[in-house]
Amino acid sequence: MTAAAIEAQYAGLQKQAVAKTAVQKSKPLVRVGTATCGVAAGAIPVKEAFEKEIGSRGLDARVVEAGCMGHCYAEPLVVIDKPGFAPLCYGSVDGDLARRLVADFLAGDDPCYEFALAALEPNDVFPTFSEFPRGVCEEKIILERCGFIDPEAIDDYIARDGYAALAKALALPPEEVLAEIKAANLRGRGGAGFPAGVKWEAARGAGDGVKYVICNADEGDPGAFMDRSILESDPHQVIEGMIICAYCVGAAEGWLYIRAEYPRAVERIHTAIRQAREKGLLGQSILGSGFAFDLRVFQGSGAFVCGEETALVSSMEGKMGMPQTRPPFMAQSGFRGRPTVLNNVKTFSYVPHIVSRGADWFKGTGTPGTPGTAVFSLVGKVSHTGLVEVPMGTTLRRLIFDVGEGIPGGKKFKAAQIGGPSGGCLPEAALDVPIDFDSLRQAGAIMGSGGLVVLDEDDCMVAVARFFLEFTRHESCGKCTFCRLGTKHMLDILTEITGGRGNPASLEVLRELAEDVQAGSLCNLGRTAPNPILTTLRYFRDEYDAHIFEGRCPALMCKELIAYYILPKKCSKLCDACVGSCPVEAIFTRADGLKEIDQQKCVKCDNCRKACPPEHDAVVKLSPPSLLSGKEGVPK
Amino acid sequence: MSEKVTLTIDGREIRAAAGGKLLWAALDNGIYIPNLCAVRERVRPAASCRLCFVEVEGSAAPVTACTQPVKDGLVVRTRSERVDRLVRSAFELLLSDHRLQCRECPANRSCGLQKIARERGLKLRLTRLKPLPKEAAIDESAAAFSFDRSRCVLCGRCIWVDREVAKVGAIGFTRRGLERTVTTFEDETLAESICNECGLCVHACPVGALYFKQPE
Repeated sequence: MTAAAIEAQYAGLQKQAVAKTAVQKSKPLVRVGTATCGVAAGAIPVKEAFEKEIGSRGLDARVVEAGCMGHCYAEPLVVIDKPGFAPLCYGSVDGDLARRLVADFLAGDDPCYEFALAALEPNDVFPTFSEFPRGVCEEKIILERCGFIDPEAIDDYIARDGYAALAKALALPPEEVLAEIKAANLRGRGGAGFPAGVKWEAARGAGDGVKYVICNADEGDPGAFMDRSILESDPHQVIEGMIICAYCVGAAEGWLYIRAEYPRAVERIHTAIRQAREKGLLGQSILGSGFAFDLRVFQGSGAFVCGEETALVSSMEGKMGMPQTRPPFMAQSGFRGRPTVLNNVKTFSYVPHIVSRGADWFKGTGTPGTPGTAVFSLVGKVSHTGLVEVPMGTTLRRLIFDVGEGIPGGKKFKAAQIGGPSGGCLPEAALDVPIDFDSLRQAGAIMGSGGLVVLDEDDCMVAVARFFLEFTRHESCGKCTFCRLGTKHMLDILTEITGGRGNPASLEVLRELAEDVQAGSLCNLGRTAPNPILTTLRYFRDEYDAHIFEGRCPALMCKELIAYYILPKKCSKLCDACVGSCPVEAIFTRADGLKEIDQQKCVKCDNCRKACPPEHDAVVKLSPPSLLSGKEGVPK
Repeated sequence: MSEKVTLTIDGREIRAAAGGKLLWAALDNGIYIPNLCAVRERVRPAASCRLCFVEVEGSAAPVTACTQPVKDGLVVRTRSERVDRLVRSAFELLLSDHRLQCRECPANRSCGLQKIARERGLKLRLTRLKPLPKEAAIDESAAAFSFDRSRCVLCGRCIWVDREVAKVGAIGFTRRGLERTVTTFEDETLAESICNECGLCVHACPVGALYFKQPE
């Protein structure tokens, strides 16, 4: 079939889609963000409130679900698109606000600007997200449509030029498409940063037999949700990227490996696959080109190590999800022993954009070594948590203080934990490093798949290292010596240190073990597991020393190294809020009417400190506990 | 005759069959490299014990000899500061999870761990690490041999012979992380399982985890 015929077929699909969405646009539209983040914040009752209120008022307005716009701090998010007004986004919407918006805006003409977060299109009345400090830094490629289309309506995607890249690719010889991906230097966004084009070329060159394309959506880092949000918000983008990949390498079958803990993503991908088949975008002769490809979903059972490609493939084959030695590499012998391309959700998501706009356009963003953007889930002690997309080369400082708008509560920044359990903790001094795969590796962290947890002065770095080691120890598959036993011993040493039982010798053993587990483990789970230890030892050695030599936790976080104390000067005789809050009756009223904590009984639950009214603010944490002198409850 | 390649190990020139792995080329020529999990016939090595590290010229970091294919002109050193350090750590990690009572062990003097200690001058006791508690009931159900998991180093050689040589498939790895263990289907005793008590696994065991009740 000729190139012109393929493009004509696509043009037909797009015409239909545009016509359908245009009809919908003539009516007021309420879009409720119902990705997992929105649902967790209460989006479903909000959606029902809109439907009920619109129904009872007999209004002609539609309520649809959308994905995640990335402004997690303000979920549930709702966009109201009423003809005659710029589309407006409202944050932290609840049932009451939903009813009010229906009454005032949909039934009346008052957009309730006082509740609006931003407008989505430039207008004379209200600022848009792009005028936020965050909007200035962000450059959205793969998140561009997220939250703005209905992920369960393929026409929404096609109307916004979805699958145009596929039509363009199918009209070209596969080598030419592959050359464009290679020229773009698209590096794998799963964490390692290996050039996708090189992988594809190897698989393409691996003979003519059966080949597979697999999308790795086994996202498992604590605090990371980029892949989930993309699958829930713009599933067709991933599918389109996978089809183009399959066309380049000559595969007829593809799989999405999605962890079973992502039921919404699984459901939306299933819907998207079904709709794509109905439109002739998957299956026999895609867009009439003669190229056949179809997709299936495999649900991972939740082992972190199955994000590692050999373990992932093993688990798909029905074996234990455990890594194997390489070579052979996936491109030669992967799933079922056949040449396989395995890329991350985000990597596939860039593909349609590169095909549409070209390698040179892609290389216009980012750093020379890593073109394009980086997607981060920005969480932790940061004011505006969310899913963000910034050009590679953006500094951590810009990401945390401009995009994330800094640390809440006037607290002081301490570290950025980047790359999850395989990543590291970077201090203030590293904030001006432009982020890309190579610079972060130099700093001791890794890009990872995009988890970024901000830590402030209240976070103990030894405890943070311990948290991640507990995770990797638990997720170690147990196959190789270094990871199975090394993570256990490292965790034990960290537990000793945070428990006040550390000693200088065990700190040295910890460092040696960390280096050896890094050098000696079989797969990258083990090889990167010591990163949280190595980076905290490198940048926050003073905190380890304080725990070991002074029995002091500088962040006042490690329970065994702190004591709670009520400052008599601040305590009020007229208040006993703390007494009732204590679950173990450790707080008593002294003869003079002030309150005091029985240190023998105290379980350091922090309830009293929270209960103490701000006007008194009398409960403090002390470390080391020896600050409480021999005299009951009086600090030195 | 298969094609031969020439490589250098510790300054010695060695000829080995092309396509083979470095570990076997070295061992066949009397050059010792520590190992526990390696099985010559296994196409894709387990590479799980992490003891056979060597330096290969051109590689930035030590590599495992069991996975390194032999090549013409390959220059290998079996010892270096980095290699010795990795071997020492992997060895001590394994010891920390191994019931260290050599005098009571049926594998005393024929033990793979003792051999490594002897060859590399390592101590058969923990110098830096604390022993991990390892309590496991001994499976004495089979007529001729017993299985003591507290001595098992999880090399997997017993499983390999059980499946690939004896073609029985009575045992396999189950569970993850520290709980990883060699066991039968549904954790039955060996006598209850499909094990035919051929004893090949006992010969394959490099330590004293599987041992004959009557010394042979």
